[in-house]
Amino acid sequence: MADSPLFQALHMEMAHALCAEQEKGLGALEGVGFRVGQGLSERLTKETPSFKDELDALKFLCKDLWITVFKKQVDNLRTNHQGTYMLQDNQFLLLSQLSNGKQYLEEAPKFLAFTCGLVKGALSNLGFDSTVTAEVPVMPSSKFQVVIQKS
Amino acid sequence: MSRPTNRRQDNHKIDWHLPSISSSASAHHMSRELFVLTYGALVAQLCKDYEKDEDVNKYLDRMGYDIGIRLVEDFLARSAVRKCRSYSETVDMIAQVAFKMYLGVTPSVSCSNTTENEFFLMLDKNPLVDFVEELPAGRCSLCYCNLLCGVIRGALEMVHLAAEVTFVQDRLKGDDVTEIGITFLKKLEDKKHKRKK
Repeated sequence: MADSPLFQALHMEMAHALCAEQEKGLGALEGVGFRVGQGLSERLTKETPSFKDELDALKFLCKDLWITVFKKQVDNLRTNHQGTYMLQDNQFLLLSQLSNGKQYLEEAPKFLAFTCGLVKGALSNLGFDSTVTAEVPVMPSSKFQVVIQKS
Repeated sequence: MSRPTNRRQDNHKIDWHLPSISSSASAHHMSRELFVLTYGALVAQLCKDYEKDEDVNKYLDRMGYDIGIRLVEDFLARSAVRKCRSYSETVDMIAQVAFKMYLGVTPSVSCSNTTENEFFLMLDKNPLVDFVEELPAGRCSLCYCNLLCGVIRGALEMVHLAAEVTFVQDRLKGDDVTEIGITFLKKLEDKKHKRKK
C-alpha cells in the first residue's frame, strides 16, 4: 500500500509541510500515523481473536501489518523479553526513494515519524501503550524501537 | 487503436489506452486504503492545529499543489498519453485517465453554458470520503477534499495551463452532488494545423 504513488506523494509532502515547523511538526506527523495505525490494525484484526500476549502482537505487526503496508516483513525482530523490542527493516519502503547510503541522513526523522506513529497506533488498538523511536543506521535501512508501557 | 474519427467534430468519447494494471482489483482497492486513511488522519490533525476552516482548506490546497506538480510526472510516465489540444480534451484526460488511475473513479465531465473555459467534474463516487459520513462538528466550511483541487491546479500548471480549481458543490456540505469546477485562465490558442490521424 505504501508503494502507491499517491500515498508516497502524500507522505513526502506531509514530511515537508508539517515539519516546516520542526518540533511541533514531528509530533503532528506522528499523530497522523497514530490514527492510521489504529484504523489499519482495527481493519486487519476484525476477524481474528485478540492476541494472547505482547509478543504475538509484535509478531502481527512485523508480519501482517508490515506486509500489508510496506510489501515485506520486518527483517529482524529482537527483544529483551522485558517489554523492549527492536524492529529492523533493511529496505524500508519509505526511505528507499530517498537515497542509498549516508546522504540525507539528517532528513531521516521526518520520514520515520509517520511510521513510528503507525506502530504506536496499531499497538494501541491492540491494547498496548508504547513509545516508539526510530533511527537510520544507513539508508534505506531503519530500526524501530518499541517500549511497551507497563500499566 | 486506429478507429477512424472525425476530427472536426467535438468528440468527447476518446479511446484511451489505459495502462495495464497487473494487480487484481482488490489489491488495487487495498492500495488506496492506506492513502484514504492517511488523508483522513491528516485532515483530523489539521483540524486540531487550525481553528479556522479556511486555514485548513488553504493548507490542504497548498499541499495538494505541491503534490500535483510532482505527481504529474508520474502520471505522464505511466499513461503515455498524447498532448491535449483543447481544454475539453485536457479535462477529459483528468477525469477518464488520471482520476481512474489514482482513485479508481471516473467523474463525469460537463462544461459551462456561458463560459467556454469553465468545466465541471461531477464525482458520483469519491473514495476520499469512504470513511466519512459527515463533517466534524463546527466545521461546516471545511472543504474536506480540498487537496484534490490543489493537485489538479499544480498538475495543470506543470503543463503550462493556469486554472482555478475549487469545489463548487459538496455533498458533505449538504449539496446534492460533489462537483469540482476547473476554470482555465487563459484562452488556449487555436492550432492552425490539424493533423489527420
